[in-house]
Amino acid sequence: MTPKRKQRLLLIGLLLTAVSGAVALALTALNQNINLFYSPSQIAAGEAPDNTTFRLGGMVVEGSVKRSDTDLSIAFDLTDTAKVVTVRYTGILPDLFREGQGIVTTGSIQNGEFIAQQVLAKHDENYMPPEVSAALKQANADNYSTEQTAQ
Amino acid sequence: MTTESLNSSSRGKKWLWFHRFGSPAWVYGFASRWAMPIGVVALLLFVVGLYQGLVVAPPDYQMGDSYRIIFIHVPSAWLSMFSYFVMAVSAGIGLVWHIKVSDLVARSVAPLGAMFTFCALVTGSLWGKPTWGTYWVWDARLTSELVLLFLFIGYIALSNAIEDRRTASRASAVLALVGLINLPIIHFSVEWWNTLHQGATVTKLGRPSIDTRMLIPLLIMFFAFNFYFLSAMLYRLRCELLSQERRTQWVREIVND
Repeated sequence: MTPKRKQRLLLIGLLLTAVSGAVALALTALNQNINLFYSPSQIAAGEAPDNTTFRLGGMVVEGSVKRSDTDLSIAFDLTDTAKVVTVRYTGILPDLFREGQGIVTTGSIQNGEFIAQQVLAKHDENYMPPEVSAALKQANADNYSTEQTAQ
Repeated sequence: MTTESLNSSSRGKKWLWFHRFGSPAWVYGFASRWAMPIGVVALLLFVVGLYQGLVVAPPDYQMGDSYRIIFIHVPSAWLSMFSYFVMAVSAGIGLVWHIKVSDLVARSVAPLGAMFTFCALVTGSLWGKPTWGTYWVWDARLTSELVLLFLFIGYIALSNAIEDRRTASRASAVLALVGLINLPIIHFSVEWWNTLHQGATVTKLGRPSIDTRMLIPLLIMFFAFNFYFLSAMLYRLRCELLSQERRTQWVREIVND
C-alpha cells in the first residue's frame, strides 16, 4: 500500500471513530428521550413528568380488566412485574389487547391513576401457530396442577 | 485504469483474480454473464417462498394471517441494512484506492437500498395498524430506519448533484461512511431502549422464537431477496459502467456490435 493510500485509510478510520464517539455521547445524553415509554417502576420512583402527557408501557395484569356495561370505558392494571399502575381508558382497543399482553399507552397521571388517551398493543418476538400456543398453555397448566398436587 | 491493472498483473499471480475486479471491461463481462442466471434463481425462490409463506405456513396464534407480512418485511429490512453496508464499504474502497468500479458499485446499490428501506417502512406500517393500533410511532427502531432512507436519498442526491464524477464520488463516499454509524443503532435500538417494535426473532443468540413451519418460508424469502439484490445490482452496474466508460475502446466495440 502506498503511503498516500495508507494515510487516506487512516483518515477514514479516524473519521469513523470520531463520529461513533460523538453519536455515542449524544445518544447517552438523550437516553431518556429516546425511550418510547416509562415503566410502572419509573412512575413509582417519581421519574415520570407530572401534569404532562407521556407514554407508559407494561403488561396487562391477568384478571384486572374491568369493562363498563354502558360505554366503551375500561380500567386495567399495568405492571412491569415490580410495580403496578391502574389505567383508565375510553375508546376502541387494538385487536391484540388482552390480559397478559404488553401494551404502550399515552396519557397522564391524575389522582394516582393513569388516564389514557391512546392504547397501543406491543407485539412480542414470538410467532407460532394456534395449536402450538394451545399445547404450550396446556403444558403450563399441567405443570401448575402437578405442582399443586405435590404441595 | 488500464495502466494500473497492467502494472498490478505483473506483481504476482496470487493477486491476479482479485485485480480483475478493478477492470471495468472485465467486470462488465462478469456482470453480463451472471445477472441473468442469478435473477432466474431469485424468481424461482420468490415463487416457492411466497407459496410456502402465504399458503402453506400456518396462521399465528395471536395475529392470524396479518403476520404473513414478515415474509416481505424482514428480508426488506435486512437488505436495507446490507445494501447500506455494501454501498458504504465500496464507496470507502473507492475513496482510498481510487478504484472506479468500486465507486460505481456504490452508485448502483444506492437506489436498491432506498427501495428496500421504503418497502420495510411501508410493510411495517401496514402491519402496525391492525397489530399495534397505529401506522407510525416515533420509537427508536422506526425512526432510525427512516434516517436510513434519508441517508440513501442524500447519497443519491449528492452523487448526482456534482458534475465532476471524481468529486461526486469522493463527497458522497464521506456521507456514506459517516452514515455507517446508523447500522448498529438500527440493529440494537430494540435492546438499548424501550420501543414499540419487538426484539429480534431470528438474529438473536439461541433458538429463533418462531415456529419451524414459519421459519422455513422466511429463510426462502430471505435468499430470494438476496439473489434479487445481487442480480439487480449487476444489471445496474452494467449501465453505470457503460455510461462512465462511454469514451473507451471496449464500450465502442460493444456498441458497434
